[in-house]
Amino acid sequence: MNEQVRIQLEDVSYTYEEAPSPALSHATAQIREGEFVAVLGHNGSGKSTLAKLLNALYLPSEGRILVCGYDTAKDEFVWEIRRRAGMIFQNPDNQIVATIVKEDVAFGLENLGVPTEEMLPRVESALAAVHMSKFADSAPHMLSGGQKQRVAIAGILAMEPSVLIADEATAMLDPSGRQEVLETVRTLNRQKGITVVWITHFMEEAAQADRILVVSDGQIVSEGTPREIFDDVEKMRDLHLDVPRMTSLAAELRAQGMPLREGILTVEELVEEVRRLCPSKSAI
Amino acid sequence: MSIEVRHLTHTYGEGSAISTVALDDVSFAIEPGEFIGIVGHTGSGKSTLVQHLNGLLKPTSGQVLVDGQDLNGEGVNRRALRQRIGLVFQYPEYQLFEETVAKDIAFGPKNQGLSSEEIDRRVRKAMDSVHLDYAKYAEQSPFELSGGQMRRVAIAGVLAMEPEVLILDEPTAGLDPRGRDRILSMLEELRAKDHTTILMVSHSMEDMARLATRLLVISEGKLVADGSPREVFARRDLMTSIGLDIPESAKLCAALRAAGYDLPADLYRPEELKEQLLRLWKEASAC
Amino acid sequence: MLTNITMGQYYPVDSPIHRLDPRVKLVLTIAFIVAVFLVHTLLGYALILGFVYLVSRLAKIPFKMLIKGIKPLRMILILTFLLNLFFTAGETVLVEFWIIRITREALRQAVFYSLRLIFLVIGTSVLTLTTSPVALSDAIELLLGPLKKIHFPAHELAMMMTIALRFIPTLLDETDKIMKAQMARGADFESGNLISRAKSMVPLLVPLFVSAFRRAGDLAMAMESRCYHGGEGRTRFRVLKVTKNDYLACAAMAGLIALIILEGIFLT
Repeated sequence: MNEQVRIQLEDVSYTYEEAPSPALSHATAQIREGEFVAVLGHNGSGKSTLAKLLNALYLPSEGRILVCGYDTAKDEFVWEIRRRAGMIFQNPDNQIVATIVKEDVAFGLENLGVPTEEMLPRVESALAAVHMSKFADSAPHMLSGGQKQRVAIAGILAMEPSVLIADEATAMLDPSGRQEVLETVRTLNRQKGITVVWITHFMEEAAQADRILVVSDGQIVSEGTPREIFDDVEKMRDLHLDVPRMTSLAAELRAQGMPLREGILTVEELVEEVRRLCPSKSAI
Repeated sequence: MSIEVRHLTHTYGEGSAISTVALDDVSFAIEPGEFIGIVGHTGSGKSTLVQHLNGLLKPTSGQVLVDGQDLNGEGVNRRALRQRIGLVFQYPEYQLFEETVAKDIAFGPKNQGLSSEEIDRRVRKAMDSVHLDYAKYAEQSPFELSGGQMRRVAIAGVLAMEPEVLILDEPTAGLDPRGRDRILSMLEELRAKDHTTILMVSHSMEDMARLATRLLVISEGKLVADGSPREVFARRDLMTSIGLDIPESAKLCAALRAAGYDLPADLYRPEELKEQLLRLWKEASAC
Repeated sequence: MLTNITMGQYYPVDSPIHRLDPRVKLVLTIAFIVAVFLVHTLLGYALILGFVYLVSRLAKIPFKMLIKGIKPLRMILILTFLLNLFFTAGETVLVEFWIIRITREALRQAVFYSLRLIFLVIGTSVLTLTTSPVALSDAIELLLGPLKKIHFPAHELAMMMTIALRFIPTLLDETDKIMKAQMARGADFESGNLISRAKSMVPLLVPLFVSAFRRAGDLAMAMESRCYHGGEGRTRFRVLKVTKNDYLACAAMAGLIALIILEGIFLT
């Protein structure tokens, strides 16, 4: 298979025990190295199931998943997959194990059997990468939600993964915490080339991804760049998903005959279009 | 019912080395029928304020007056007053405990000592208010519901006490857009139908722009702005200086004005911007 | 304060005693308990007292704090003293009054048993005051390590202790929140008789248990996803090292025990 492909879903279905219908059905997708892919969908759409499948926490009922080339269904690859594709979860409190930040970051390394003398430098550089070095000796319960999530990310980073899966990692945070966590992950994506699978129901976050997979009722219903996805305002509305305020405003204006270009996401882009269409006297 | 907060100050761990001032000389009055949005950073003192309004905390100094009566005064029946002011905490679904949805919602009215007919009437009405079908859900276990439904059960549990003032601490936190819209439209209805006064703490300026008739902005324990959303969102510098956002539409308004367009300074609703942009476009294409 | 609870009794200052290897401290505490049981004379107790005083000075623990540890035990202490005083057989009668008869031997035994109890508490207090719970769970895991051969779950035990310590503050926070939320719904946790008060705890305890189980489920998944698979093949981030001071401490304890034994032989 192609070296560049980090995650490959081949016609994957998953049904929970005793559930009448599959939580995920016939999903096929590819995520390439260095991509930042958002999986956007409602609670119960199947997006969290997808996350757990990628980490071999669940095994597909049908189809096949390859993570970094390893088949998740094969027992012997489980630890390799989890080391290479680290995952952070929704509730910041429920994923920190140790009572001191740096010890929690080392937790994964201890599990992997990394020699003690190698741990400290790896823990320190992981904490530095998420800007949490000064909290190395703090107790986790004294940190804010955003800081706890960054500690969780450091715990994954210390294992030197090539993929980071975030399963609604910002759903329980306030706006500044959300920003801080997303910013951290985007930097890791750009600077270290870590492939990111960002599972969320916040359109603002999905809008910052390279590519979006929209999940609804267990199916991947659309796929494309944020501009392509959000421009279909009607479809997003049918799926009860938000679109950026400026995109929906532009769509309404277009419906009234104003010839705005497609794919507007931000305030700046809309202002630019307004300047093109209505050069005001004082603005010229 | 009117609530007046006078020079309210609250210090946690007073006298100890780690004492922190959570609220610092806050004063305002709430009139019946208002929809008040309380905005501020995490740790700004919002949650402390909200708990004072329900008498769950005692002021270090200052007063909370309910219909002129001091909530913490001598001989005041705090439990009785508390029942007239409903408080929905953050992630309220974590307080559910009964075997069935109906029993859980009945917990508040039962504590009020109401007759079983009255309790039954209130449970039905509260479920109706949160759009949960009585026939379908009343006898279900609340723990088998979806997250959004659990939250609505928890809110119904407070509504069943028929409070005159309803306070909600981030009622949409953690919900997806569909769950969020359900809660918000439910609150709109509640205010229109039952004339309930509503106070809502939220981080979402878009939600505030849609619902609030008045905003209280809190920063570092102080009330730094108190006014209509139009007034508050026009004070962009103040908002950014304390790390708060303003609605996208208000940003667009500011950006267009900065680009030299002739617009009123205080627009913040998407509809208003749409109108203005169409006007600009028509003026431009006319000449 | 919440922070105090996770720290247990830990008195966070830096001292030579604090810096000792927790394994050594644990073993020495056991040795100290043995020493206390070896004592049979008042002079022996004076030796023990002197030793405790020295250690507490070295550890920078105010003597007051050690005494505080005894307080909760005062009923048991009084009871021990009185029972021994009245019910120990003896010959030399000191006081005789109605059915009460106090002998010299009984008085001696009452005093000794009480002192023994006091020093047991003080000895363990020194350990918990100078060793954080985390270090203590480490020490227990390592000391019990050899028992893994007979399938004793030393690692699991220590992991459980760590997780419990990690989640105590979280659950306390949660208790406070749920309690307030139920109070806002008119719940009354304070008044009423014992039965109605126990009943009023249901709205608090059920959500708390539900939440604890949910957290446990989440945590198990997070740990698995971070490659946790039990103690096998696991390395340690925190390593404990025995230093010169640890040897010194062992020598001091050996000295104390030797003195007590010698004093017991020659002075009785």
